[in-house]
Amino acid sequence: MQTKKGKGAAFLRRHAQLLIPLIPLVILIVFNLILNPAFLEIRINEAGSLSGYPISIFNNATELVIIVLGMTLVTAVSGGQDISVGALAAIGGAAFYRVLKMGNMESAGTVLLAVLAALGITMLFGAFNGTLVSVFRIQPMIATLILFSCGRSIAYWIAVDPNATFESKLVSNLAVNLPGIPIPTPILICAVVGLLFFLMMKFTNLGLYAQAVGINQSASNLNGINATRMKLLAFVILGACCAVAGFIRTSRLQLISYEKQLLDIEMDAILAVAIGGNSLGGGKFSLVSSVLGAYTFQTLTTTLDVLKIKSTDIRAYKAMVIILLVVLASAPVKKLISRLWARLRSREARGAAPGAGAGTPEKGVQ
Amino acid sequence: MTVKATRSRREPLSNSTLLMLVAIGFFVLLYILSLLFLGAGFKRPSRVFDILNDNAYLIIIGCGLSIVMITGSIDISVGGIVGLIAMFGALFLRDELLPIPGMAPGLRIAMLVVISVAIGLAFGALHGALVAYLDIQPFIVTLAGMFLARGMTTMLSGENKQLLTGSPVLEILSKRIDIPWLGYDEVNKIRHTVTHVPAHFEFVIIAALLTVVAVAILLHKSKLGRNFYAVGGNRQSALMLGVNVRRTRFLAHLISGLLAGIAGFVYLWHNKSGNIGGASAAEMQAIASSIIGGTLLTGGVGNVVGTLFGVLILALIKPIVTDASALKGFEWLSKAWWQQIFNGAVLCFFIVLQSVVLRFRSTLRVRKSEREETVSG
Repeated sequence: MQTKKGKGAAFLRRHAQLLIPLIPLVILIVFNLILNPAFLEIRINEAGSLSGYPISIFNNATELVIIVLGMTLVTAVSGGQDISVGALAAIGGAAFYRVLKMGNMESAGTVLLAVLAALGITMLFGAFNGTLVSVFRIQPMIATLILFSCGRSIAYWIAVDPNATFESKLVSNLAVNLPGIPIPTPILICAVVGLLFFLMMKFTNLGLYAQAVGINQSASNLNGINATRMKLLAFVILGACCAVAGFIRTSRLQLISYEKQLLDIEMDAILAVAIGGNSLGGGKFSLVSSVLGAYTFQTLTTTLDVLKIKSTDIRAYKAMVIILLVVLASAPVKKLISRLWARLRSREARGAAPGAGAGTPEKGVQ
Repeated sequence: MTVKATRSRREPLSNSTLLMLVAIGFFVLLYILSLLFLGAGFKRPSRVFDILNDNAYLIIIGCGLSIVMITGSIDISVGGIVGLIAMFGALFLRDELLPIPGMAPGLRIAMLVVISVAIGLAFGALHGALVAYLDIQPFIVTLAGMFLARGMTTMLSGENKQLLTGSPVLEILSKRIDIPWLGYDEVNKIRHTVTHVPAHFEFVIIAALLTVVAVAILLHKSKLGRNFYAVGGNRQSALMLGVNVRRTRFLAHLISGLLAGIAGFVYLWHNKSGNIGGASAAEMQAIASSIIGGTLLTGGVGNVVGTLFGVLILALIKPIVTDASALKGFEWLSKAWWQQIFNGAVLCFFIVLQSVVLRFRSTLRVRKSEREETVSG
């Protein structure tokens, strides 16, 4: 009995980080269930695809989750954030559109080629960011400020048309449902990307090395880890994530708008990493926690949507929730809560055995 | 002993001063090159005034960001605060918010200044308290501040843009100093008329330059200013030297908020309207300007004169690209994307230059100290 409890406590301690995004997520879901008891219901609609709030949360969070995976890695290894991901996603979308336009839009080969082109170009730009960060030792936020400020114009340059639309049955299938599969395709793509990350963490040293470089670069260098290469790799991976996100968004809308494509997603992604309880200063990280953070963020958006708050005003409410979250998760408040908790426990103990806590300093002060 | 004496006689330039001089040099070079190769636009002194008029608010928030960055923190909410105050001010001056009947327009404007400063201070205090006293990462705190400000802006106004046209305050806000002898004659080729356009000197320039001077004095002549550098350079050693680190970080954010408040009013003063996307990405431009001017995000290094020139360099790109696209052989520059791409290129140049200069100088210093050691040993 005792050992089981000890094991449980150890498990809890090891995964305590997951609680940071999980608690607000559960609160949000309970809140929604009170408003609408059918919140968690999943139905199959006439078109043969799944629908319902959980599915729409999973579906709408796809782009964010994919970018958050890369962002967590970059944060861990470099101790900074990439603020150019929105611009990179626009570049990826623009490249996808440009290549798609050149060939037959209904053929799978063209679409594949377009996705590969998008991946290639964003990985190249990711390598540019990574080179600035690793070789020139520039702070990630400053290095990515360059593409933040001009990346969307580069996307415009690639796409030429400021609001380029296209029509393709195949691409729209990719964005909604493949025939015969009820699960929306973006969720499947997201799952594949997640699986790739899982395999990378499981079968390579990437996670461990990234963590080591993030905690202490010179120490990891002395241990034979090539910190420069690790940072470069993290940024290239994030670039690839951006291409996937950009491709999904572009095919969803069948439109590439260089100005609006995934606008401000960098901010949402960084917030999701923080809500996931990861330090923005690098080092230890948890991808699962970040992803949970992203879903928490999307659930919050959906909740505000359900409450009929105008989409433009949502940000102000989000900001309030975020401030509340970070204040509750901050070290001094945590300490205060644990002190209150301890006092409550000791009072309980005192209640059980009167006079036992007579010598405690709290009482002495009074 | 002798080594010490020579060193004190010829103190080497600090990194920040060197980077500032590079920025000033780059600006002068850019301007001279434009004078030589581009059209008549740059020969007019009014071009300088136009650039200053348009970018006064950026100069002000750039000063605030320099302080925050010197302290080793960051504030990305300033653009949102500027947009919020401009929108609030436009509605307030049109008596749609908090109307007080029979109030003189001048008094109304004075009241708006007080409210702008109060809004800025409120945001600054919120950020400062969360960053300094609760140890929350400044990026997240000010990001939430930006969301809050932008969300409140859209809540205030259902429409995208609120103009001041028709309001009695417009007359007061439109006052500016016209300098005829610095103006130019515009020739209308269709009507064959020549109109003289004087150089416009708006009062926002005074506000911006005063801010630069005030912040420079604060940074270099006051105890608080030295504390900013100390905290940004090394928080632990600053604490051991008896600097109140928490209060210093709080004040840095408070001042940044205050300056954002002033900048919001200046933005409204110049544009005479508030709009939902107002001053969007201004925070990033201000950060970029600070970096170009020699302020480092890592903290402890920076100056505000450099920031002024950083703003001016970025502001020069737009007229240069526009004027150059009129030249023969450069028509391709008229495409909308080139301006931003050149913006990024200039930023990239400065960031890489900084990194290289700082590393080169630090290795040089190490070698020099090694040589001195061998000489003395």
